[in-house]
Amino acid sequence: MKLNRFFKIIFLSEFVKAIIIAIKEILKKKKTINYPFEKGKISPRFRGEHALRRYPNGEERCIACKLCEAVCPAQAITIENEERPDGSRKTTRYDIDMIKCIYCGLCEESCPVDAIVQGPNFEFSTETREELYYNKEKLLENGDRWESVLAENIKLDKPYR
Amino acid sequence: MSKKKKTMNLNFGPQHPAAHGVLRLILQLDGEIVEKADPHIGLLHRGTEKLIEHKTYTQALPYFDRLDYVAPMNQEHAFALATEKLLKIEVPIRAQYLRVIFCEIGRILSHLLNITTQALDVGALTPSLWGFEERETLMTFYERASGSRLHANYFRTGGVHQDIPGDLLKDIGKFCETFPKTIDDLENLLTDNRIFKQRNVQIGVVTKEDALAYSFSGVMLRGSGVPWDLRKSQTYECYKNLDFKIPIGKNGDCYDRYLCRIEEMRESVKIIKQCIKQIPIGPIKTVDGKISPPKKEEIKQSMEALIHHFKLFTEGYRVPKGEVYCAVEAPKGEFGVYLISDGSNKPYRCKIRAPGFSHLQAMDYLIRGHMLADVPAVLGSLDIVFGEVDR
Repeated sequence: MKLNRFFKIIFLSEFVKAIIIAIKEILKKKKTINYPFEKGKISPRFRGEHALRRYPNGEERCIACKLCEAVCPAQAITIENEERPDGSRKTTRYDIDMIKCIYCGLCEESCPVDAIVQGPNFEFSTETREELYYNKEKLLENGDRWESVLAENIKLDKPYR
Repeated sequence: MSKKKKTMNLNFGPQHPAAHGVLRLILQLDGEIVEKADPHIGLLHRGTEKLIEHKTYTQALPYFDRLDYVAPMNQEHAFALATEKLLKIEVPIRAQYLRVIFCEIGRILSHLLNITTQALDVGALTPSLWGFEERETLMTFYERASGSRLHANYFRTGGVHQDIPGDLLKDIGKFCETFPKTIDDLENLLTDNRIFKQRNVQIGVVTKEDALAYSFSGVMLRGSGVPWDLRKSQTYECYKNLDFKIPIGKNGDCYDRYLCRIEEMRESVKIIKQCIKQIPIGPIKTVDGKISPPKKEEIKQSMEALIHHFKLFTEGYRVPKGEVYCAVEAPKGEFGVYLISDGSNKPYRCKIRAPGFSHLQAMDYLIRGHMLADVPAVLGSLDIVFGEVDR
């Protein structure tokens, strides 16, 4: 035992072993990705940037039930609503303060009509703070832009919802 | 002619790369020997406990992710268990297994980060790169289950949020097959390495008695040879059905704590493997409609479900009057939640017992008489995360 230890110390066995492992690792396939051009895979449940969805006929889904506003732990959502001439209840204002938001996903969970969703987009950094105070137009525009992905994700996740 | 002894005060942090966050350590140095260490905390204080008093039980849960952000789900677990104890509800078996799987993944996440950064602090660069590769895989599992890589908000009172997608368990199983190889590689790099040993053996020694006196828990306690693990001693969830060992150290130094963490990762892999084998199919949250929200499908068909849905997401559920202390074995030690409920939908008071806090208070005891260069080694083996220390 002692002799064994002595040889280990003399012949720098642990360093030799480490170098062998390191060389093996060099020959393996690279694990990193070339980020802005390649992106990691994300699941349908990913909670990224918010979006307000529309029905296929172009009507907004949101019915201003204000559940998301009530459940939001960070109180990042502000909603105002009014009745339209046709009797439907719609929002006149739907703001999300993306700086306050903690991306917990409770708004999406609470929405009974799948109107507010957290989409797959995580690249929405801006140069100024003001740009992160999202209003209704911005959220609806997000919804229009990501609709195909959002609908697909909701469909994939439906059995678990 | 006699020289007058003069000590020097040195600020270690809050911007020091080896301070593991925003710790400000004021060291009194005599040459290179530390005479006194005075940790200043509070730079990451967000008032979580006070915030929770103003949130319903559902809303309070995401705040627990932000305590120890290295292993988020373990914190949620403590809070969920506490509310369940007050509500006196049972968690379905499948949910228990899911919770255990993700808690053990959290443990591996935390230990991987700790071991590799400790190695980084004492001069070994490579382990951190390999460790983070595995962490990446584990965080993908988190993301596939909860939708978020770190701030999961996955455990809920009475179960978990959603069932996991079908192929996730298979992938976790695959990971369990390959991961022990990575641990072997890490051990090959560190365990026998003379530099790593010189920096860690006999550094920051904690005796058995002192470990108990300083209210240490987790690896800090087990490293000193006290076989205390809440998973065994106050078993919760389905841990009683699982077979695992509690690794303990002998000398209570930084090196023993490192060895304990390595062994604990292996045990965690064993636990996850058993869970995957045993996990039954079934509901993932309590069927009580007054506590867990209904499925989205049901809302559109059943009036009662819709009422429950609206009630739960606006007002939340009411928790009967009472007090409860519930602790889980988080990767860093005993993480406890002390809840007082006044019968309303919000906790009257929520005290969080963070393991890192009581570990950090012993900094002066641990480092006194050591060299300045030992400070990062000791800090690394304490495994502190400022999210939970400052709260």
